[in-house]
Amino acid sequence: MALSLDSVTLDLGRRRVLDVVSANIAPGRVTVILGPNGAGKTSLLRVAAGLVSPSAGSVAIDGQDIGAMRRDARARSIGYLPQAGDVAWNMTAHNVVALGRLAHRNAHDAVAITAALAATDAASLADRRVGELSGGERARVLLARVLAGEPEWLLADEPLASLDPAHQLDLLDRLRAVARGGAGVAVVLHDLALAARVADDAILMAGGRIVAAGPASATLTGDALSTLFNISACWLDLGEGGRTIAIAPR
Amino acid sequence: MSRPVRLSLLVALSLAMVALSLAAGKQWLPWAAWTGQDPRWAIVIELRVPRAILGAMLGAALGLSGAVLQGYLRNPLADPTVIGVSSCAALGAVAAIVLGVSGAAGGLGQFGWAMAGAGGAMALLGLLTARAESPVVFVLAGTVLASLAGALTAFLISIAPNPYAVAEAIDWLMGALTDRGANDVMLAAPFMIVGTLVLLITGRELDALALGEDAARSLGANLTRLRWTVVLGTGLAVGAGVAVTGVVGFVGLVVPHVLRPVFGARPSALLLPSALGGAALTLAADSLCRLAPGAGEVRLGVVMALIGAPFFLALLFREGGRQWR
Repeated sequence: MALSLDSVTLDLGRRRVLDVVSANIAPGRVTVILGPNGAGKTSLLRVAAGLVSPSAGSVAIDGQDIGAMRRDARARSIGYLPQAGDVAWNMTAHNVVALGRLAHRNAHDAVAITAALAATDAASLADRRVGELSGGERARVLLARVLAGEPEWLLADEPLASLDPAHQLDLLDRLRAVARGGAGVAVVLHDLALAARVADDAILMAGGRIVAAGPASATLTGDALSTLFNISACWLDLGEGGRTIAIAPR
Repeated sequence: MSRPVRLSLLVALSLAMVALSLAAGKQWLPWAAWTGQDPRWAIVIELRVPRAILGAMLGAALGLSGAVLQGYLRNPLADPTVIGVSSCAALGAVAAIVLGVSGAAGGLGQFGWAMAGAGGAMALLGLLTARAESPVVFVLAGTVLASLAGALTAFLISIAPNPYAVAEAIDWLMGALTDRGANDVMLAAPFMIVGTLVLLITGRELDALALGEDAARSLGANLTRLRWTVVLGTGLAVGAGVAVTGVVGFVGLVVPHVLRPVFGARPSALLLPSALGGAALTLAADSLCRLAPGAGEVRLGVVMALIGAPFFLALLFREGGRQWR
């Protein structure tokens, strides 16, 4: 069982942003997508979420093409957290989180909304307006919005942008908890140390292609990351079993 | 105060405005005149009832389409005039006046031409935005349509064959409910009712759009269908309204703003209230039109701008733009 992309090509205008890409996102695991700017990470995520149809190839959940799924069914299955966390209207946080239930709208809604607010530690924010929240609070509310839909797949595009280090770690832990709950989580990250910390699997991208994919222990090597980003990257032992990735210009 | 209570109050306000609209005018009609043998009964039945119905429908259409467009474009500045439907309907009507065919087919001429203008605007908007699924393209296309229609309208007026046609066209452009009768109601009502109903079903997808286009799609929103729904609903409701009353601005812009602090910023929560509020505001303004000193009436479009603009400025000062940040 997996959310899988099979030989996906995506052309936007004349530009080929994904070039025969095949990848798997496994349930119960966090898959981190890494690569330099313009590598096609966001495109990969958008195709996987069914937001754009691939020019060639297919995206399937357990063999079922997501392009053939009903919109509501796909929305219930795949949650997508876009990069820019803007909310157009100054709604209450509760109203924002309730949007996550648009494709459901059943007797379970209230329970799911409450659970999502609790899982992101945002219950106390419910009655506040999103315009008055801090960046960290807003990020938690927007994550709660996706969690309220109880998706089997959660695709998050750079959810850590504009968060301070403590909130970055906090949000990653919450994403990992979602994966431990059984969902397949794919997340685009730019911070290598945070990626190394949270990843079960990793997909490395460059120029619209996948250059490496697989378990994090095998893919996130100093050499692979050095080549991918054209930097010097290596693992550092922090003692007591802790490890992190350090980077320096080449 | 819960939402049903607030809605009930708004309904009560709208009904009060209907009553005011029936009573107010050069000839004030007391309650006694509404009920029986009083000869002034004719004023109520033949003049004021159709006018009140038309005012309520027009206001509801304008308020609702303003709320829908603001939600759709995620922009508090949107109203029916920015997508060009009003201007194109006006162009059609002015063309009928200038070409001297406004009375053709038993008075259907001007209405038909105006609806053709609105229909043309809808088709062009739909086609222009079919390739780029983006509200930005939508509003750009609408703005271009509006300026083109405005220029063509001015062109037609400047080549009008006689001064009467010029006067009639300009007078009509200012928008009014004056002397509109049961015929006008019968002409416009089917289109306006269908358009209003179409606009009322957009709430769920407008809510999703608050999170952006990608998030809306990921929540199951069909943005292509939504675009056509918005174009069709606005075209029918506002197009038919403009076709019988001329251009009335400000309702679509002001009403959702006034009601947003009361009913919340969620787009779907604003649709029904904006329709009711639009009806109430239009009826109030139309009643004011008739109270102007002198023999004539002030044009509804003029009164609306005169009360709308200062009111809106006051709102901006008081809020300091708080609800949009």
